[in-house]
Amino acid sequence: MTLNTKTAHELHARLQSGEIKATELVNSVFQTIDQKDNDIKAYLSLRREKAIAEAEAIDLNIQKGEKLSPLEGIPIAVKDNICIQGEVTTCASKFLENFKSSYNATVIDRLRKAGMIIIGKTNMDEFAMGSSTENSAYQVTRNPRDTATVPGGSSGGSAAAVAADEAIVALGSDTGGSIRQPASFCGVVGMKPTYGRVSRYGLVAFASSLDQIGPLTKDVRDTAELLNVICGKDKMDSTSVDLPIPDFTKALNQDIQGLKIGVPKELIGEGVDEEVKNSVLSALDQLKQQGAEWAEISLPSFDKALSTYYIIAPAEASANLARYDGVKYGYRSKQAPTLRDMYFNTRSEGFGMEVKRRILIGTYVLSAGYYDAYYLKAQKARTLILNDFQKAFESYDVIISPTAPTTAFKVGEKTSDPLQMYMSDFATIPVNMAGLPAISIPCNISRGLPVGLQIIGKPFDEETVLKVAYSYEQGTK
Amino acid sequence: MTFEPVIGLEVHVQAKTKTKLFCACATEFGEMQNSNICPICTGQPGALPVINRKAVELAIKAALATNCKINTKSIFARKNYFYPDLPKGYQISQFEKPFCEHGYVDIELSDGTAKKIGLTRIHMEEDAGKNVHQGADGILGSDYSLVDLNRACTPLLEIVSEPDMRSVEDARLFLDQLKLTMQYAGVSDADMEKGQLRVDVNVSLRKKGAQEYGVRAEIKNMNSFRNIERAIKYEIERQTEVLESGGEVAQETRNFDDATGTTTSLRSKEESHDYRYFPEPDLLPLEVSKEWIEQVKSEMPELPAARNKRYIEELGLSDYDAMVLVNNKIYSDFFEAAVSVCGEPKLTCNWVTSEIPGYLKDKNIELCDTKLTPNNLGKMISLIKKGTISGKIAKTVLTEMIEKGTDPEIVVKNSGMTQIANPDELEPVINAILAANPAQVEQYKKGEQKVLGFFVGQIMKETKGRANPGLVNQLLKEQLSS
Repeated sequence: MTLNTKTAHELHARLQSGEIKATELVNSVFQTIDQKDNDIKAYLSLRREKAIAEAEAIDLNIQKGEKLSPLEGIPIAVKDNICIQGEVTTCASKFLENFKSSYNATVIDRLRKAGMIIIGKTNMDEFAMGSSTENSAYQVTRNPRDTATVPGGSSGGSAAAVAADEAIVALGSDTGGSIRQPASFCGVVGMKPTYGRVSRYGLVAFASSLDQIGPLTKDVRDTAELLNVICGKDKMDSTSVDLPIPDFTKALNQDIQGLKIGVPKELIGEGVDEEVKNSVLSALDQLKQQGAEWAEISLPSFDKALSTYYIIAPAEASANLARYDGVKYGYRSKQAPTLRDMYFNTRSEGFGMEVKRRILIGTYVLSAGYYDAYYLKAQKARTLILNDFQKAFESYDVIISPTAPTTAFKVGEKTSDPLQMYMSDFATIPVNMAGLPAISIPCNISRGLPVGLQIIGKPFDEETVLKVAYSYEQGTK
Repeated sequence: MTFEPVIGLEVHVQAKTKTKLFCACATEFGEMQNSNICPICTGQPGALPVINRKAVELAIKAALATNCKINTKSIFARKNYFYPDLPKGYQISQFEKPFCEHGYVDIELSDGTAKKIGLTRIHMEEDAGKNVHQGADGILGSDYSLVDLNRACTPLLEIVSEPDMRSVEDARLFLDQLKLTMQYAGVSDADMEKGQLRVDVNVSLRKKGAQEYGVRAEIKNMNSFRNIERAIKYEIERQTEVLESGGEVAQETRNFDDATGTTTSLRSKEESHDYRYFPEPDLLPLEVSKEWIEQVKSEMPELPAARNKRYIEELGLSDYDAMVLVNNKIYSDFFEAAVSVCGEPKLTCNWVTSEIPGYLKDKNIELCDTKLTPNNLGKMISLIKKGTISGKIAKTVLTEMIEKGTDPEIVVKNSGMTQIANPDELEPVINAILAANPAQVEQYKKGEQKVLGFFVGQIMKETKGRANPGLVNQLLKEQLSS
């Protein structure tokens, strides 16, 4: 009954030995979903019959004596912007309410190959635009730690599912913090790999130069295992990188003696809740006790990171979402007597407010007369952010900050002021701008709500990030 | 006040690849609607483009064939606009850093003057699909439209000329030469009727001697070289009238009407699209190494100018004959293949440039509609050269080869049409004819040389055209002078 509260690596040995059956595991997850999800609302759709059938097949294999791969038989929740062939992918938008993808995202093929069992698709902010999952066209997901609060966003459903044991692990996507911030709010582990590590083929695009798929799990080891499954060069994604994938679990040791940590003062100063700040300082003390050193650093370009992001991301999104025009698939307005009417009405009715807001911003900053002042300038500012990180990494191995400036806020608290909402990502956004790997791990509870610690690494140095995270996690067990 | 026309052309050619520019779908023309499609070329959520290397190779060939400077790094860009045949709502094209720049095409005017027409740039981009309008001939008056995405994402090369053309002749020659060059380079079949070549025309006027350009009008989607000539001619006249009456030419897009040969305003400058170009984040900058360029250069097919020179200098064809052949690549290739069989360039040229086209024109068909092969043609010419058949007989053999594709040696064998070139065989016939026509013999001996033709005619009739005319003439003369 409590099988679903375990981690994947704990379950693996017991599955392999036959102590537990994959079908038992899947059923325990569904039972919890049946009990809790009316309140949590993490899921938009479930794959009950298919999941059980897949579990039965795995149980047969186990009986035959086949060796299981590390995540085989493990139930996983998948954010509803990742395409599964023949199944509905909504991106939490009315536009794609009944849309069935004609192909599998590459990561889905990889999950399948690893024998993972997809439980269902999770709720999110519409088209991944948001920081609370309140922008979903269907439902508001609640934070399992305190259901009056948001789970964060845009991968709120995935984070909540893991936190509520409605899945063992989950996949989310991260463009400006959409894995890490919900992980922080829900008290789970969430990681965004280096840009290019994981194929974006089949991930419904929000901002092409910033999006990455990543794991949400209960502990660091499960994240390492899931990274092993999803990372890798994909010929279908020209931006995926052709680098060898190490076994990320080999990085899980506590050997951080002499490790140098930089803490940007821009991310730990004004705007950050006092208790969050103190939680991070305590975490740094813990790491110091384990042999690391830390110092405050300055990354001056960071005060422009938010505005730079809110030019580049909407610009790319405005083009990425142009395909939703009512011509080929998805929603089409009934008021469509002419082509223009079809376009205007379909997109006005099919998209939610935040999506429309960002499309408008994006179109504006790319338009004639404004391109140089906004988009071009933002790209230059992006280079400055990259340079600041590069310079810092000459002297430091990792950079640590709070994941979010506050703990989970109440449902409805920030919905009236978009700019207030955008601020939740101020510590996570610079990481996407520079394409770096970063993880959020739980480091404290403040007024009953989790606080997340963000660890940022050098490009393609997920291993050091995982090592520091693991070290902290094991040191505070 | 004399005005000088200034003409620039934007030409889109479809690059001849087996698969599309960013996905593995086939580019095969004429397939059932929406059968060559996939998530990428239909703009499905989550799909991403992947560059087709063969298309890049053809772009290199196009650049080399037009003397362009290839940018070792060029950038793809999104050109954003909404239209049903554009599935993603943007076209992946190139904007600020195109594939190659600063090339030229050589043309020769009718008065012999040589002229260089500059090319500003050539860039790569994907094609859109096709809207098929229902309920009317075109979009006007139609009830609704259907979208066929078979063509979406096929590779195009956009070739932009400098505004170097000053006349309809310049423009026509430029287009002819550009089309020919792309065909010879193996870049494109450039058949305008199949949509493999599309042209937008820009025309403006300026006072003769002026340095600055005048305001230009753009004429879009021309569908034949002939109509391009008509459109340019009309535009020059129209703009001249406007300027001479003291008016100003509007900067606008105009539409050419085939029936009337006139252009009408379609879209003003204010209504023109803002495409909001920005670099394509789903693709890396396109890198073309010097090594790759050198490799393609070494594999470049023979271009028109080089072939023309070779025909004149090595094969001994006349300037005119060489030009006629070179200007039609299909015939030229056919010619080469036939010559490789029979080794008779001048004879082969004759057949390929007059006899065969004569037949085809008569039946209103193309060479590809016939069963004639270069191999068969070459063999036939060898038979003529050997004296096995006469030129006259060869014409009937040709017909059989065209219609049935039969080997000429078999045709000749089966029909007993071999030429009689043995004096021993001809002499009895000649003697018989002479004996049967004493009056004409008398006439000849009195000095009427023309009578020889009568005898030749009789002998040819008797031998059913098989007698070698040259030998007949020779033997007759010998007989009659003895």
